[in-house]
Amino acid sequence: MTKTADFISICRLEQLERERGATALVAGHAVAIFRTYDDQVFALGNYDPFSKSSVIARGIVGTRGDIPFVASPVYKQAFDLRTGACLDDAGVSVPAYEVRVEDGLVLVGPRKR
Amino acid sequence: MSTRKTLVVAGHGMVGHRFVQAAIERGLTERYDVIVYGEEPREAYDRVALTSYYEVGADALSFLPGGKYEDPRAVVTLNTEVTAIDREAKTVALSDGTTQAYDVLVLATGAAPFVPPVPGKDLKNVFVYRTIEDLQAIEEAAKTAKAGVVIGGGLLGLEAANALHKLEVETHVVELAPRLMAVQVDDAGGATLKRHIEKLGLTVHTGVMTEFIDADKDGVEDGKVSGLKFKDVDEVLPADIVIFSAGIRPRDQLARDCGLEVAERGGILVSPNMQTSDESIYAIGECAAPGGRMYGLVAPGYTMAEVAVDALLEGPGEFLGADMSTKLKLMGVDVASFGDAFATTEGALELVYSDAVAGVYKKLVISEDCTKLLGGILVGDASSYGILRPMVSSGIALPENPEDLILPASRGTAQIGMPDEAQVCSCMNVTKGEICKAIHDEELTDVPAIKQCTKAGTVCGSCTNILKNLLTEEMEKSGKAVDKSICEHFAYSRQELFDLIKIGQLKSFDAVVEAHGTGRGCDICKPAIASILASQFNGHVLDNKTTGALQDTNDAYLANLQINGTYSVVPRIPGGEITPEKLIVIGEVARDFNLYTKITGGQRIDMFGARMEQLPEIWKRLVDAGFESGHAYGKSLRTVKSCVGSEWCRYGVQESVAMAIELELRYRGLRSPHKLKGGVSGCARECAEARGKDFGVIATEKGWNLYVGGNGGAVPAHAQLLAGDLSKEDLLKYLDRFLMYYVRTADRLQRTSTWIDQLDGGLDRVKEIVLHDSLGLGEELENEMARHVDTYFDEWKATIEDPEKVARFVSFINAPGTPDPNISFTEDRGQIRPVTFDEPVSLGSSIPVGAPQ
Repeated sequence: MTKTADFISICRLEQLERERGATALVAGHAVAIFRTYDDQVFALGNYDPFSKSSVIARGIVGTRGDIPFVASPVYKQAFDLRTGACLDDAGVSVPAYEVRVEDGLVLVGPRKR
Repeated sequence: MSTRKTLVVAGHGMVGHRFVQAAIERGLTERYDVIVYGEEPREAYDRVALTSYYEVGADALSFLPGGKYEDPRAVVTLNTEVTAIDREAKTVALSDGTTQAYDVLVLATGAAPFVPPVPGKDLKNVFVYRTIEDLQAIEEAAKTAKAGVVIGGGLLGLEAANALHKLEVETHVVELAPRLMAVQVDDAGGATLKRHIEKLGLTVHTGVMTEFIDADKDGVEDGKVSGLKFKDVDEVLPADIVIFSAGIRPRDQLARDCGLEVAERGGILVSPNMQTSDESIYAIGECAAPGGRMYGLVAPGYTMAEVAVDALLEGPGEFLGADMSTKLKLMGVDVASFGDAFATTEGALELVYSDAVAGVYKKLVISEDCTKLLGGILVGDASSYGILRPMVSSGIALPENPEDLILPASRGTAQIGMPDEAQVCSCMNVTKGEICKAIHDEELTDVPAIKQCTKAGTVCGSCTNILKNLLTEEMEKSGKAVDKSICEHFAYSRQELFDLIKIGQLKSFDAVVEAHGTGRGCDICKPAIASILASQFNGHVLDNKTTGALQDTNDAYLANLQINGTYSVVPRIPGGEITPEKLIVIGEVARDFNLYTKITGGQRIDMFGARMEQLPEIWKRLVDAGFESGHAYGKSLRTVKSCVGSEWCRYGVQESVAMAIELELRYRGLRSPHKLKGGVSGCARECAEARGKDFGVIATEKGWNLYVGGNGGAVPAHAQLLAGDLSKEDLLKYLDRFLMYYVRTADRLQRTSTWIDQLDGGLDRVKEIVLHDSLGLGEELENEMARHVDTYFDEWKATIEDPEKVARFVSFINAPGTPDPNISFTEDRGQIRPVTFDEPVSLGSSIPVGAPQ
């Protein structure tokens, strides 16, 4: 169990549009938060290693097979929302963070292992 | 003394022009100065398309607008005829009284219309059908004429009849032979063709001989045509115009006068390398007779031109006869004839399909043992020509049920195993093997790519269907189905999705995916569906309930994303016209937000380096000053570029800026399969480079020429003429139809040029749909465009007026006042420039953030 203290609250769930991303500032880092069609919430590092810019939250959200993903808005590489793994380039990934939704609040926690 | 030699070309027709082009391309001009004399007042033009002169004007038919070759060592002199050849002195005499020396002389004098010695042939209003001047004279005479007669029911005669009919003259076609197009088709084919033509309102008289042409006044020399008297018919057919189109004769007089050998039936005798009996003189095209035979088609003439250039470069090229197969569309009727069409081979059998109701006649000529196709005739439906003609030239075995080859498609489709050496494209001489190899090696996946790579199908286009079939075959062989699905979520092409959305009146991605797809979409299908929804319903692109989450990178924030995550803003400057006040506003905005500025290629000003959260503020400044931010992004109209036009320019003939502004304001915001660009030039000098645009408008003395399908980029394409000398009303009507049909039917990310290429029938198909409304869609397409124009709104202004949409434009949802530390600039040449970081930049955890309570 992760302690609640490691999670910080970001925004209310309804502030997030479905199948879109928003950028949050978490411990000084830009983090991309996504709300999927079925109201799951995921968090990835916002920095796109391909374009070297802070843009992941602005990509299109969808599915590849059963995998929920976001496509970088710059060169369109797909990242798995659950793990941060790049689906188009096996060696590359972005950090993925733990997320909880409690009482309508979106909380982002530590980096997933 | 120069060692350069002089090459004189007599004649600047289609073949003479092709010769000069080949001479330049293959480096013959490194050794020779090429001097071309054309006796017509204009440079070479497309005589095959002569009839379209009435629609598009002379400029559009020209092969060399401006009359200058790119290579200055090839020079054309017009209005000048070669009148005599002195073989001894190696000089030619010219109609202007001077002489010109040559080292090599190429005769490309073409052919002249044959006018039979009928009494009355010199009367006023008797014409031939060969040059633009002939057509101008006919046009003038047609203004006061009620009825006209074309003497000759061959290919050219029917072209002339078509022209006369279009000039709204009651038209008669008179043919001595018992049927139309006697050289190409048999009696039954001729009868089918006749029924088609009579249905259009023309009258056809076959098997009749003209006795004399009647004049309006007897015995007066300058009498005018009043009628036509047939032999064995008492009544005179009243007519005000007579056009002779009864065949052509080689123009070989120059050769005869200087003692060159000529063929028995006319034409300058040449060896297989196009040399005449004088080794310094060549003859090519219709004036030449290789092996004693003249060829009255342009394709063999082009081959002769290439062979002559090759010979002059000491190459091995030889002219070995030509495939005289023809396929054409006459007054909307397909006619094709190929191989042994008249079954002259011993023992040949005929297989006939005839549907008098539909007006279709097809005949195959088959070898005695039923194993080979020898030739055939197709009237009314020549769609199988592309499959049949190569079967003749390659001699491959017939399928088991050869009748399947000519039965309507629904009845049977024969599988044909063509051997690799079978010639698929006869114009460019490309075999099946070469095409399949290209598909395989270059991993080609569509027909335009095959055309570009192999050149097959780039001249007459009749093999396009075979290319399509070969592609499918090859892809299937390698396990790759030609998959038209847009992505894994929808098993449909963009066009199919467009129709499904339209029919189902689906208004959101959820509705579309529920009805026709799987999963939750991706970066391919979502923007495509957003574009289709925008084309059909024209809502706000950022509307949360419908398209807000579907937009691609730039559309999602209504600006252009740049490399460091900032945006550029490009205010719309319609037609490139801007007041000093507005220029100052752009300067002030750029200065106040510290933006990098640059002039674009589309006559606008681009301001770079705006952070996402600054965009609404920037738009507000622009809106307040009377601007809208512009679509410099997205699959939509970008700009309509213009030259300054007749309001200021000494050469302009129409007001191009006003037209460009009108077009840009009309089509702005139109969502399309790919970006769209337009251009308007005020005269033929084309300073706006309109022919490099998806739609280009070029002013003429009489109105506007409309060109479509141009683009710059990696594979540049010149726009082609859709229609000429249009009024403004017609221009808008045709452009509305063209753009809407493109929006409806093109594939995702398909520019207009490739879209036109892959349509069955190419540009001709577009003309049928847009100009002649062959699908009956004209009004619907115009209405759709009218709705687009009526419902257009400034989407940036609408965004800043809607707090829900503005909410999207924040750096951090939980720290809206903190700029993203990953964005940083340095300075270069007095302006900002992005700095990129190899790792994400952290602000440290010192900044307190949290959810608003």
